[in-house]
Amino acid sequence: MKTASKIYTGLVMLFLFAPIAILLVFSFNDSKSLSVFSEFSLHWYRELFRDSETLGAVRNTLVLAVCAALLSTAMGTAAAVGIHKLKSRYMRAVMDTVTNIPMINPDIITGISLMLMFVFVGRLFGAATSLNFATMLIAHITFCLPYVILQVLPKLQQMDKALPEAAMDLGCTPMRAFLKVEVPEIMPGIVTGLIMAFTLSLDDFVISYFTSGNGFQTLPIRIYNMTKKTVTPKMYALATIIFFVILFLLLLSNLTDADTVQAVRTAREKKKAKNKA
Amino acid sequence: MKKIVELKNVSKSFDGELVLDHINLDIYDNEFLTLLGPSGCGKTTTLRIIGGFETADEGEVIFMGEEIGDVPPHKRNVNTVFQRYALFPHLNVFENVAFPLREKKVPKAEIEQRVGEMIKLVALTGFEKRSVTSLSGGQQQRVAIARALVGRPKVLLLDEPLAALDLKLRKDMQQELKNIQKATGITFIFVTHDQEEALSMSDTVVVMSEGRIQQIGTPIDIYNEPKNAFVADFIGESNILDGVMLRDRKVSFSGHLFDCVDEGFAPREPVDVVVRPEDVDIVAPEKGMLQGTVTSVTFLGVHYEIIVDIDGFKWMIQTTDFVDVDEHIGLYIEPDAIHIMKKSEYSGMFGDYSSYSMELDEIGELEQIEELGELTEEPVEEAKEAESEA
Repeated sequence: MKTASKIYTGLVMLFLFAPIAILLVFSFNDSKSLSVFSEFSLHWYRELFRDSETLGAVRNTLVLAVCAALLSTAMGTAAAVGIHKLKSRYMRAVMDTVTNIPMINPDIITGISLMLMFVFVGRLFGAATSLNFATMLIAHITFCLPYVILQVLPKLQQMDKALPEAAMDLGCTPMRAFLKVEVPEIMPGIVTGLIMAFTLSLDDFVISYFTSGNGFQTLPIRIYNMTKKTVTPKMYALATIIFFVILFLLLLSNLTDADTVQAVRTAREKKKAKNKA
Repeated sequence: MKKIVELKNVSKSFDGELVLDHINLDIYDNEFLTLLGPSGCGKTTTLRIIGGFETADEGEVIFMGEEIGDVPPHKRNVNTVFQRYALFPHLNVFENVAFPLREKKVPKAEIEQRVGEMIKLVALTGFEKRSVTSLSGGQQQRVAIARALVGRPKVLLLDEPLAALDLKLRKDMQQELKNIQKATGITFIFVTHDQEEALSMSDTVVVMSEGRIQQIGTPIDIYNEPKNAFVADFIGESNILDGVMLRDRKVSFSGHLFDCVDEGFAPREPVDVVVRPEDVDIVAPEKGMLQGTVTSVTFLGVHYEIIVDIDGFKWMIQTTDFVDVDEHIGLYIEPDAIHIMKKSEYSGMFGDYSSYSMELDEIGELEQIEELGELTEEPVEEAKEAESEA
């Protein structure tokens, strides 16, 4: 039984990480070959950083992801607070459903419908081309929002509802009570939501593809356009870099998770108590 | 004495259900007042209306002569100790206590000094830098009290603050709260469902039921002179019988004519008669005013609690003399052990111990469930650990 479970785990690991390992190895390959590793070199990384169009797309992607993450986090947190305050159970169910729709909706449908709306509204105001950075930003906020809400809402629900009351009791206005007491409590949710929104925006291809225009190109779209011709190992180098950036963000997000923070905190205190004794 | 809080005709409903029904209550300066009643009686709502967390549908809330019905909580000179403490987990002990002073922009040196004093008052010196999540229940309770008192409120509201503590700690904290109240001279309004707690701590007890005040009085008054069957039953144990007041100081119940000390009832007025279990003496059958058969005996350490069947009505008697089940005994009751009450809507609902053995004390039940929870949790944890080790 034990060996079987070990083999199974090994297989899962293999299928999860082997592709990434191969990508990583071949990004350092000197030649173009996909079968022979001729020599270790940073050639393709150099090539990559010489490609100004790709670098421009990277910059666009980052600007878009940062804007979308910040705005959707602010809006999502506000929405979560609003939903949390709803008294009627019916209204809450409605809001939950509305929140979930963009998540369960296939990306392609969200993408097409957003594009249609942007073009329609643009025509209405007589614009020739209506797809640009702004439309993409709106689209990204749209699909990031539910994830932020889903991260923040449980933190609000876990919070002792007497906490904001206690803050008001001790002299805070409702707004100050929110900032001084509720925000620190739900911060882990806000941070996780922010990181999730950032990675989602970074990662998105389908919705971006439909809502981009006017020469504004993100990295996934750039890669897609490049693969229409031939895939150069330059792309492996790019993918490797992206993988490690995402890995770093994932670790960060897990570390800010409340449970982990709590576990670390108690462990530290136990240690302190032990030292005292 | 100066009135500090007045509730005039205060009513409140939630979702069409009346929770407070025209409450009138005066609370005096420097008083330890307890709102006592079973869950759902409206005591916590009363407290929250004084704190400003709920608004009364009807009636006036007057604080030091001024109507404050529309004043938000942060502008009221009243602080609250919440049931589950509501300490701010992201702040340490010192910062929790300093919170209201920082909000009021009190100078730093004064904050240091006042917080220090408060922490000393609740005996937490040395814990200033500790995280509040690392404290025990009793210590968290003390932080909550210090935080509520540091702003020098006129009135401190306490919402079942001892409910989450174990019995021994609860007793200690009762004494300590009483001492803090005396030392600070602040009016305490304390909410509890525990009658013993109410009797031992309060200057004034307000007994509530179904959104109405049943009786206001000192603990001794409430115990010795309950106004109706609800109060008599809720505070301590009582045998409550149907009786008829023949004339002043003569009452008839259980087929016997008794001397008593109550006056002022109409001739032949039907009344409720209260006899406390500890006030009944057991004598030989032929010497007793009433005769009955013992149906159950429970040993409780200090005394025995026995149930006696007298013509179908089950009396509870507390005695230090041992009697056996099925023994035929006589009861003797002194005139001043009999308390007469006017008939009320609660007449006939309480005071018979026929179903006593099946009755479970509300608090006892909760504690039992909690204990059971702890017992079942641990093996599960152990099982998990064992599993992960394997």
